[in-house]
Amino acid sequence: MSLYRTELRRLTKRRFTRYMTLLGLLVLVAVVLGTFFTNQKLDADAVAGAERQADRQYQEQVRWSEQERAACEAAKAAGTPNDGRYPDDCSMITAPPREAIEASWFLPSTFNFRETFPETLIPFAAILALVGFVIGASFVGAEWSSGGMMNLLLWRPKRLTVLLTKLAALLTGMLAVTLPAAVAWFAGFWLVATFRGTTEKVTSGVWQSVTLTGLRAVVLVLVVTTVGFALASLGRHTAMALGGVVAVAVVGQFGLGILLEMANVRFPQVWLLPTYVLAWMQKKVTLQDWESCNATVFGECKPETFDITWQQSSVLLVVGVAAVLGAALWAMRRRDIS
Amino acid sequence: MPAVLEIEGLRKTYKSRRRGTRNALDGFDMRVEAGQVHGFLGPNGSGKTTTLRTLLGLIRPDGGRMSILGHQVPEALPVVAGQVGAIVESPQFFPHFTARDTLSLLASAGDVPANRVDEVLELVGLRDRAGERVKTYSLGMKQRLAVASALLKNPKLLILDEPANGLDPGGIREMRTLTRNLAESGMTVVLSSHILGEIQLICDSVTIISLGRRVAFGPVDEVLAQHSSGAVRVRLEAVSDLPAAADALTRSGIRVTGQDDHLMLAGVDKPAAVTRILAEQGLYVSELSPVTVDLESVFLELTATAPVPGQHRQVDQSLKVGGPEQSGATGGGWGA
Repeated sequence: MSLYRTELRRLTKRRFTRYMTLLGLLVLVAVVLGTFFTNQKLDADAVAGAERQADRQYQEQVRWSEQERAACEAAKAAGTPNDGRYPDDCSMITAPPREAIEASWFLPSTFNFRETFPETLIPFAAILALVGFVIGASFVGAEWSSGGMMNLLLWRPKRLTVLLTKLAALLTGMLAVTLPAAVAWFAGFWLVATFRGTTEKVTSGVWQSVTLTGLRAVVLVLVVTTVGFALASLGRHTAMALGGVVAVAVVGQFGLGILLEMANVRFPQVWLLPTYVLAWMQKKVTLQDWESCNATVFGECKPETFDITWQQSSVLLVVGVAAVLGAALWAMRRRDIS
Repeated sequence: MPAVLEIEGLRKTYKSRRRGTRNALDGFDMRVEAGQVHGFLGPNGSGKTTTLRTLLGLIRPDGGRMSILGHQVPEALPVVAGQVGAIVESPQFFPHFTARDTLSLLASAGDVPANRVDEVLELVGLRDRAGERVKTYSLGMKQRLAVASALLKNPKLLILDEPANGLDPGGIREMRTLTRNLAESGMTVVLSSHILGEIQLICDSVTIISLGRRVAFGPVDEVLAQHSSGAVRVRLEAVSDLPAAADALTRSGIRVTGQDDHLMLAGVDKPAAVTRILAEQGLYVSELSPVTVDLESVFLELTATAPVPGQHRQVDQSLKVGGPEQSGATGGGWGA
């Protein structure tokens, strides 16, 4: 227990941890504030204003179509060759019906908690996962490269206990940041919806759904943190984790994506990690193959689809974490420390 | 006297596709008795640090037996770690923490009372600079901090690898006094150093390692005596009598080298025999003094690392015990 407390102290004492956490939280605050200032509450004035703008748009359309019809008839009377600009029958040039121009097009952006909030949990998870990854990698990477790990092992010669205790302290720290941040995120966007949008139709079912999505976001943050920690421990340097991510992103994702496109693979996104991360957060991602055409009874052409569910993503996350952390533990146990 | 540290037949082999197999430790033996200050000497790359790292569980040995305070290690390291303070090679600390934070974290991890931090900071002379970040420290100050970290546990066995590295002359003297005081308080100290004059001054016993094997061990006096050549310097009242004296001594079976104003004798068991032989010839001695050897010359002789004019010795070129007299660059010792 003393080692666990010590590692928690070490984690919070590190300036990098403090600055990265602060930076991540500031970005989250900026997102909430940005959403607040770019949305408006829809009152009667705003609706009336939108109606007026829709009317103006309709009047412009009417004026323009009349001008065009007149030009068309003039061209026809003058015998000017029709170069395809006008139809043969000039009476076909008419303005769209008034109801085709919707007032909602002219409404200012408004924040609908029920519809929009679940989407905001994706950037929330992404930002904190990034913070967790670099803090995790640096926490153990700097220990290895500065010789701190060797010093600690002279005091606590149980290698696996030391590494796992460090990881436990790291995850505790990340949880201590992520959970309050998630609560503040929910509260922040509830306030945004209250003052700059709507909180209508937020039923208990909606709450249950967004809470579960929030929990999946927290799990994602912890998983990515663990991967950063394990990669840095495996390479005994922070740069190993960061380099590993760049390698996976450039070679494994961009490169692989281009290769799969060139090979005309039907659902190339199936092989890309972000698809699974998105599926984890959204519960399901439906991929579409636009090259195929399955005619429906109504004659329309529908692309083939392929679903990736959060359950499939969870298997990938578990296997990924087990592989990377397992390798780090194995290396910790077997490799000499020199 | 009971052994605090025992090593028998320790082996560590590094295998590399390009460089082949190298024995960093090749059946190394060592024994340190309780309450001693024990010097651990060897040329660069001879296996000193590998030995210490292996002993402390940082490197996995390929063979041999080690015990600390009567417990087999590395199996029992968790049991004895609390009684062993160690610094291995250069001091390494997280550069952005202060000395006090560094020690406080170590103390907390090892269940050492927090007030011990101030005690050791005082002991190594860092009390007034304890609040500064380690990255601002000089090498000597980092060395002091390393010693402080090793002393935190108030260990029964203290292992110091090059503790005087980077210290100023005053610091070296303080370290010497500190080491002596610790030994007097009952602590056993293993000291690895290249400052052989210091080792000779401080240590009760030594182990000398070369290419992964022990080449000499025992109390410092005994090691020096074993490698003393029995040389004696003789001066006579009259320099003109030196040829006659040389002749008489040679006839008595003593190897004599004539110098301008004295004679150097080798293989003399009893210096009194020299005075008797010369007196019988009517030659009177004004000086008869055994030539003493120091640890440095013994070290250079045992490890065959004395510089030779015009030659550039490579790190692995030192004496291999039980093998050819002089080993080339292909010998063991790599990875130490």
